[in-house]
Amino acid sequence: MSKLKTREDLVRLREELKSKEEKMQKEGKITRILVGMATCGIAAGAEETMKAFQEHIEKMGLVNVEVKPTGCIGKCSVEPTVEVQVPGMPTVIYGRVTPDTARKILEKHVAQKILLNEAIQDKPAIDIIKEGV
Amino acid sequence: MPYKRYVVICNADKCKQKKSNEIYEFINKELIAQGLKEEVQVVKCGCFGFCSEGPIVKILPDETIYCHVKPEDAKDIVQTHLLKNQVLKNLVYDNSQSRKNIGFKYDNYRKQLRIVLRNCGVIDPENIYDYIARDGYKALEKALFELKPDNIIEELKISGLRGRGGAGYPTWKKWQITKETASDIKYVVCNADEGDPGAYMDRSTIEGDPHSIIEAMAICGYTVGASYGYIYIRAEYPLAIKRLEIAINQARELGLLGKNILGSGFDFDIELRYGAGAYVCGEETALIASIEGNRGMPKPRPPFPSTKGLWGKPTVINNVETWANVPVILTRGGKWFASIGTDTSKGTKVFALTGKVNNSGLVEVPMGTTLRELVFDIGGGIKGGKKFKAVQTGGPSGGVIPEEYLDTPIGYENLQQLGAIMGSGGLIVMDEDDCMVDISKFYLQFAVDESCGKCAPCRIGGKQLLEMLNKISQGKGDIEDIDNMKRICFAMQKASLCGLGQNTPNPVLSTLKYFEEEYIEHIKDKKCKAGKCRDLVTFTIDPTKCVGCGLCAIKCPVNCISGEKQKPYTIDQSKCIKCGTCYEVCKFGAVIRK
Amino acid sequence: MNMVNIKINGIPFKVKENTTILEAAKLVQVKIPTLCNHPDLPPSAACGMCIVKVKGSPKMIRACATFVEEGMDIITHDPEIVEVRKTVLELILSSHPNDCLQCPRNGNCELQKLAGDFGIRDVAFPQILVNHPADKSTQSLELNPEKCVKCGRCVEVCQIMQNVWAIEFIGRGFNMRIAPSADTFLNDSPCVKCGQCTAHCPVGALYEKDDTPMVWKGLRDPEKHKVVQIAPATRVAVGEAFGLEPGTLTTGKIYTALRRLGFDAVFDTNFGADLTIMEEASEFVERFIHKKGPLPLITSCCPGWVDYLEKFYPEMIPHFSTAKSPHQMVGVLSKTYYAQKNKIDPAKIFMVSIMPCTAKKYEITRTEEMFASGYQDIDVVLTTREFTRMIKAAGIDFLNLPDSEADLILGEYTGAGTIFGATGGVMEAALRTAYYFITKKELRDVDFVETRGLEGIKTGKININGTEVRIAVAHGLANVEQILLEVKAAQQTGKEVPYHFIEVMACRGGCVGGGGQPYGATDEIRKKRAMGIYEDDRSSEIRCSHQNPYIKALYDEFLGSPLSEKAHKLLHTKYHERPLYNK
Repeated sequence: MSKLKTREDLVRLREELKSKEEKMQKEGKITRILVGMATCGIAAGAEETMKAFQEHIEKMGLVNVEVKPTGCIGKCSVEPTVEVQVPGMPTVIYGRVTPDTARKILEKHVAQKILLNEAIQDKPAIDIIKEGV
Repeated sequence: MPYKRYVVICNADKCKQKKSNEIYEFINKELIAQGLKEEVQVVKCGCFGFCSEGPIVKILPDETIYCHVKPEDAKDIVQTHLLKNQVLKNLVYDNSQSRKNIGFKYDNYRKQLRIVLRNCGVIDPENIYDYIARDGYKALEKALFELKPDNIIEELKISGLRGRGGAGYPTWKKWQITKETASDIKYVVCNADEGDPGAYMDRSTIEGDPHSIIEAMAICGYTVGASYGYIYIRAEYPLAIKRLEIAINQARELGLLGKNILGSGFDFDIELRYGAGAYVCGEETALIASIEGNRGMPKPRPPFPSTKGLWGKPTVINNVETWANVPVILTRGGKWFASIGTDTSKGTKVFALTGKVNNSGLVEVPMGTTLRELVFDIGGGIKGGKKFKAVQTGGPSGGVIPEEYLDTPIGYENLQQLGAIMGSGGLIVMDEDDCMVDISKFYLQFAVDESCGKCAPCRIGGKQLLEMLNKISQGKGDIEDIDNMKRICFAMQKASLCGLGQNTPNPVLSTLKYFEEEYIEHIKDKKCKAGKCRDLVTFTIDPTKCVGCGLCAIKCPVNCISGEKQKPYTIDQSKCIKCGTCYEVCKFGAVIRK
Repeated sequence: MNMVNIKINGIPFKVKENTTILEAAKLVQVKIPTLCNHPDLPPSAACGMCIVKVKGSPKMIRACATFVEEGMDIITHDPEIVEVRKTVLELILSSHPNDCLQCPRNGNCELQKLAGDFGIRDVAFPQILVNHPADKSTQSLELNPEKCVKCGRCVEVCQIMQNVWAIEFIGRGFNMRIAPSADTFLNDSPCVKCGQCTAHCPVGALYEKDDTPMVWKGLRDPEKHKVVQIAPATRVAVGEAFGLEPGTLTTGKIYTALRRLGFDAVFDTNFGADLTIMEEASEFVERFIHKKGPLPLITSCCPGWVDYLEKFYPEMIPHFSTAKSPHQMVGVLSKTYYAQKNKIDPAKIFMVSIMPCTAKKYEITRTEEMFASGYQDIDVVLTTREFTRMIKAAGIDFLNLPDSEADLILGEYTGAGTIFGATGGVMEAALRTAYYFITKKELRDVDFVETRGLEGIKTGKININGTEVRIAVAHGLANVEQILLEVKAAQQTGKEVPYHFIEVMACRGGCVGGGGQPYGATDEIRKKRAMGIYEDDRSSEIRCSHQNPYIKALYDEFLGSPLSEKAHKLLHTKYHERPLYNK
């Protein structure tokens, strides 16, 4: 990481990161999986779930799939929670994602663009940064 | 292969009761009938948190919400919406209507507005670039290069932000007092000692978005003239500590902490200090004593830390949630923030909704949301269909609120008037199986454990209250105990040195206010209707109902149930520990709890 | 200093700005009840008795810790406030044992007084007591946690006023107690036995060891020859137990009381003080003029101070005067010089020392030099408090006693001897005689006012025949650190020492504020007692130690000269490094 010495450095960095993200969204090639890794998630087994995603992605030879840890979305009673962003599909959140469910998510949702039944949770609120409200 | 549309049907308890399963089947049938099976996928999902308007059906990617859906509506939904792309006006929920306590149009049905938690669940907390990409450090940049300290305080004043640690003191005033107190050194402190049992808002905020705190503290340092900050975080939060350390290091590497930040000439750095298991160190003067290396005992106020705090210097201490609100107030403007909430309580509040609700978790709602919405919509109602009894707010310093006040809009003063407090945001929902005397006892036990012992009213008064509650829950209480307890409570409220002692009586006073009959039942009748107070409860097996399956005997942790298969079993009262397991597991209702 | 306008109970008046509500209320005839508050210490705000109402706030605030502000409208007592105070008091009483009749503070206890003032008839709450054994490990002090009301005064005194840090709060909540640091025994902690904790404790949780039974026993023994001595500071404080103003000199009555109690001879520690000056001033001349020892010379008559230096600054031991404390000198002489002169078998002598000091109880067996007479030089030390109890138990009508004289052989004293009781007195007395030793001339004006007063550190430059003697006087052990660090800094850089002669008293005010003096000492009382001391000096015929004819006789007949071999054997002692904690 190189130091940001001036305000312009920060502004520039922010613009770079924003346009990178926009480009990624536009190109629609990359699938993003966010695994909730706050203490509640980890207590419910999110670390195993995370590992399962990474293992199965390798096993299945999936490319352009990004798995990232994230914080608590607030649905603590259905942890581990995972948000799946496949381009061309609505973004959904899955609850109670065991390592087995993780595999199913990759096989059905990511690979075949089919939602898993009886596993989805609604997003708790809008994203005030993205929606700009 | 990808479907064009998705129909998501809520299948949680309440909606299931109202036939959501049939809606699912009917829609599937209709889709086949209309030949849309390859184009539309139907799935069931977890609780939307909108139970009062259920059953809920959502159409994606349209983001259309249908409520009060009946199985008969399935045909309409498929034929009109999915086939003809026309929204069903009689069923649709206008998602963009503004609520009366939010000044802008936004998604409404979810009832949550994530401001403090804006980045939690979206970014990787161990990656500073994620934070920067979402307007991270934009507020600090604005502060350093476009705003003067007075502008920042003005913006905070307009926003109406009040301390989220529980006291609700206007944040702008605190900063201003520190800014105007002349001193060579000033400090900024973040109180991350979150000690309320059942509260984890601060922990999740730090674990999910540690940079928001760092940025806010730097902004405060610039505003009041401090160049050093401390985050006092309890040692029981190792993951939060780890994420904070990573975040601070990354910020330092990028030059967003340290000397001459972004070339502005402003220096700021942060150090972590760990708590060691003392709830009282969440009180600001005790916290300061702890950072100074002294025993965590509160000091009389005035002088307040804003004028004389850490090492005698002017210090701003704020709670984690308060800090997390600061950057977004500067980037969106105080007016935007003030358009959310009620007249006196602006913005949102994060609650840890726990207890006997179906959807327990962390929720952030605008001030003015009613308790009913929290418990019965977002919370999804009471687990197991039991009857709601009360909601406990504010942790051990708070009080209970019974059913008749559920429509109270949430706010600092509103809850205080009911004898409860907002506190740091713990919300525990209780049902008919919770005993109010037991609840009081639990919180008193906590307060007695955590009392520092310095002042007599809290040290001795708390202990006396606990002894009386113990007596009452064992069926050994006297009717004078109630008046004595009230006397001690009043004295503790008025004469304790710090908030811990002053608020310890709250659970007692508030349960006495709304549920005095339960106390009297415990004293006079020696009965605990909720079945919680072990000495007042007996479990017996009804021989007329018992089929002799033996399940209770297997599950009994002390092996006090005996009998032969197919014949009624009996409980040995001398060994029974009243845990209630047999009562819970009996499928025939043969265990009687009295 | 700005004045602010406030109202108390509807009465408007002006008061200086940095006044607490507690102080301001006194101006309108209101004495707000307190328990943990003490004028010596910053407000602890612990007990919750002093709460008052301020218009505009729903809270009740502590009067001891809140400063007045412009326009404050205060109510000090309405039925609600009194009810809350009463409840708090009942709570305190519910965790306090009910054995007033057997308590060392019976009749003289701040909690007892509060309970009496509030007319407590019934404590509605069950008694929940702390069960913890008392600490009787030192020879001087006892700590009884069962009576402790957690006011925190002792901790503040020991940590901040004395900088010894021997006692501390341990534990939390109801189980919190005050215990020696690291939860050891007091005798294994840094405790220097100064007894300031006992002097500040409002109840019977910290008190001096009761040695009166030993004295009564000794007085009963027909075989013993009973002798006694009284300290300078005692004579201005004994009267307080009988209703006299602090500072009233009752020396003559004390001598009579002692004889009527059954003592065969009554001596005066002031004689020992004069003797200490002879030895110590000679030491000073040795070091200052003849360069025969390190400077600065530091006084060593205060045993609390001796223990402190041995534990905290043992490297400075060579700076100590090797002279014993005055009462030890009288003690050893009573069993040698006095015994020989009057042909009494020293084995039969029972020597009692009445001191304002608790540390002296441990001093009498401190080292083997305290047995220089061949026996334990002093058998028992009583504090002033214990002594007044003995007078009362005997039924002696102290106020109406006639005056009498001491046995002058070890009882005649000069003004220089008596001023030992106040801070700066040792220094002043030493200077009077050092001047004579150095110049061989008598001073015209013997008053060295720069040594006097309650300022924690007093320094001065004295001109003795054209040479500058730099002095420093410290009292209250927390004030010692600064002076010693200045000396050490000079030593390390090779500069001249900032002081040649240093006097240290462990207790604030000097011995008049000693740990064994009557309860309730404040600066006001210390000043009054000191005034009595200086009055004793001013009205003395002889005001310099070296002019005491009985001192001259002692040297001529017995010791030879100051610092002689015999003087060293009997009147001097040694020091040892001691650990802060034993274990």
